[in-house]
Amino acid sequence: MTETKNSAIDVKVEKAASVREPSTHAIKIESQNLDFFYGEHQALFDISLPVPERAVTALIGPSGCGKSTFLRTLNRMNDIVEGTRLTGKVFLEGQDIYAPKVDVVTLRKHVGMVFQKSTPFPKSIYDNIAYGPRIHGMKDKNKLDEIVKTSLERAALWNEVSNRLKDSAMALSGGQQQRLCIARTLATDPEVILMDEPASALDPASTSRIEELIFELKEKYTIVIVTHNMQQAARVSDYTAFFYEGKLIERGVTEKLFTNPAEQQTQDYITGRFG
Amino acid sequence: MFLERPRTAEAFKERLIEISLFLCAFASVLTTIAIIFVLFSEAVFGLSGAAFFQEVSVVDFFTGTRWSPVLKPQEFGVLPLIVGTLWVTGVAAVVGLPIGVLTAVYLSEYAKPQVRNVVKPFLELLAGIPTIVYGFFGLAIVTPYVIDPIFQGLFGFKVGTFNALAGGIVVGIMIIPMVSSLTEDALRAVPRSLREAGYALGSTKFDVVVKIVLPAAFSGVVSAFLLAISRAVGETMAVAIACGSKPNLTANPLEQIQTMTAYIVQATGGEAAAGTVQYQSVYAVGLTLFLMTLVLNIISQWVMRRYREVYQ
Ligand SMILES: Nc1ncnc2c1ncn2[C@@H]1O[C@H](COP(=O)(O)OP(=O)(O)OP(=O)(O)O)[C@@H](O)[C@H]1O
Ligand SMILES: [Mg+2]
Repeated sequence: MTETKNSAIDVKVEKAASVREPSTHAIKIESQNLDFFYGEHQALFDISLPVPERAVTALIGPSGCGKSTFLRTLNRMNDIVEGTRLTGKVFLEGQDIYAPKVDVVTLRKHVGMVFQKSTPFPKSIYDNIAYGPRIHGMKDKNKLDEIVKTSLERAALWNEVSNRLKDSAMALSGGQQQRLCIARTLATDPEVILMDEPASALDPASTSRIEELIFELKEKYTIVIVTHNMQQAARVSDYTAFFYEGKLIERGVTEKLFTNPAEQQTQDYITGRFG
Repeated sequence: MFLERPRTAEAFKERLIEISLFLCAFASVLTTIAIIFVLFSEAVFGLSGAAFFQEVSVVDFFTGTRWSPVLKPQEFGVLPLIVGTLWVTGVAAVVGLPIGVLTAVYLSEYAKPQVRNVVKPFLELLAGIPTIVYGFFGLAIVTPYVIDPIFQGLFGFKVGTFNALAGGIVVGIMIIPMVSSLTEDALRAVPRSLREAGYALGSTKFDVVVKIVLPAAFSGVVSAFLLAISRAVGETMAVAIACGSKPNLTANPLEQIQTMTAYIVQATGGEAAAGTVQYQSVYAVGLTLFLMTLVLNIISQWVMRRYREVYQ
């Protein structure tokens, strides 16, 4: 990755004109009439949101509106939170991921997640990346080496760490750690990647690296990203969904939603009148 | 002028408080130094009469295989006592460390809060039982009703009324609360975000515990082990009662033995007259014991520092 931030965005805008038509994307993952509860507290109300394949969908909305909660329903991360309950359905390529016979471990292999705070394991860089393949039964040393290399390359980190794979991942910088976490997610070969404010703890330079990366990754992966940064949403996403107080207010092609939203609440939020 | 120093009386009070606090903290330093000084002087330098190592050579002490401080010919080979201590410590480690760690893993990773709230107080209770009760438990219950039926009943080995195994088992039980509570602290210090990251990669709960949480808590777990082992090395009353009082360089834990600590109890319990070599030997044994636990503590500190992970 040698382009500067600006050139990456230029490229994007060019491409955007040709690929942004919603009809060109198949639906990869989709929620239908999703209600979500933390104990008695209802955090999501009747969310029906299709997520198009090989595109970036941004989730925006004021703090506490349920973006993270929604994101975490897509790989069933909320299962590990005590006392939560959900009604409605989420389909991954037509299969209901909440159906009783679904294996969450396999689901999460297909739907990876990157968190706001980078979470490298206190292990070597190599072992961090190899973690996923290993728990899924990969033993072949050569294949692991290969996966580690390609994952780091795809996460635009290989050049920086190729000569110190055995060093502790904790010694990397914040931005590098976050790219490491992205590489670690890529190593399990997911189809969907969920990102919860992946750049909010990073400096501007690292943020734009992550944005460039997201732009490249959507060639191959379906990406859902939560962000508080309107510019970021506008820059990286093809589709945007606006959440407010646990409800999905509006969802559409990013350009359209930002320039000509259908709902007044969306208009107010993106112009900074509240939130 | 509001920047003036406080009035002298108040400043004096502050100073006084600081000094008394310092003295309290210093008391433990002073005590430690005093104990080390006495051990060394009585064992090595002989400030009050002949030191032990002036009567018995260091080499004989550490390599001799017979410990006979009273019966003639007197011999002071400490190996039987060290081996006795190692038997008890080894058995205790085999019993206490795995159970302690697994208890901690269960409490920190698996147990529902309701279960945890029941188990925890019992562990604390276990920690509060006087060690002499453990010793009696070993002698009166473990040997006749556990060890004897198994080893004598099933395999036909002879089991002594006093034996190293019983002492090791009760000391093992005794260290469970310590191992489990220190380990649990270490496990709980592993941030939730690491566990979530593990699950997000498709880990099972077992993967998360074994491949993420335990390795991340490695230094804490190891230092819990070392502290528990040094506790076992120094344990006295339980082993004095359950293991007996016969110095015995043996490979059979079903025989009576004597640990270093139990010897000190016996010798200071009135058997040895002050000033005799027998009496001085207490210091030499005490010093050996002290050095063993010191080494364990130093290793534990080192592991803590060397392998501690810093979570931001
Ligand atoms: N573990 C939890 N237990 C109980 N309530 C929760 C929990 N997590 C979130 N909530 C509640 O659910 C609602 C939605 O939270 P969520 O974290 O999804 O919001 P968000 O849109 O991601 O906010 P932010 O932008 O601040 O991250 C909030 O009212 C929050 O208080
Ligand atoms: Mg959030």
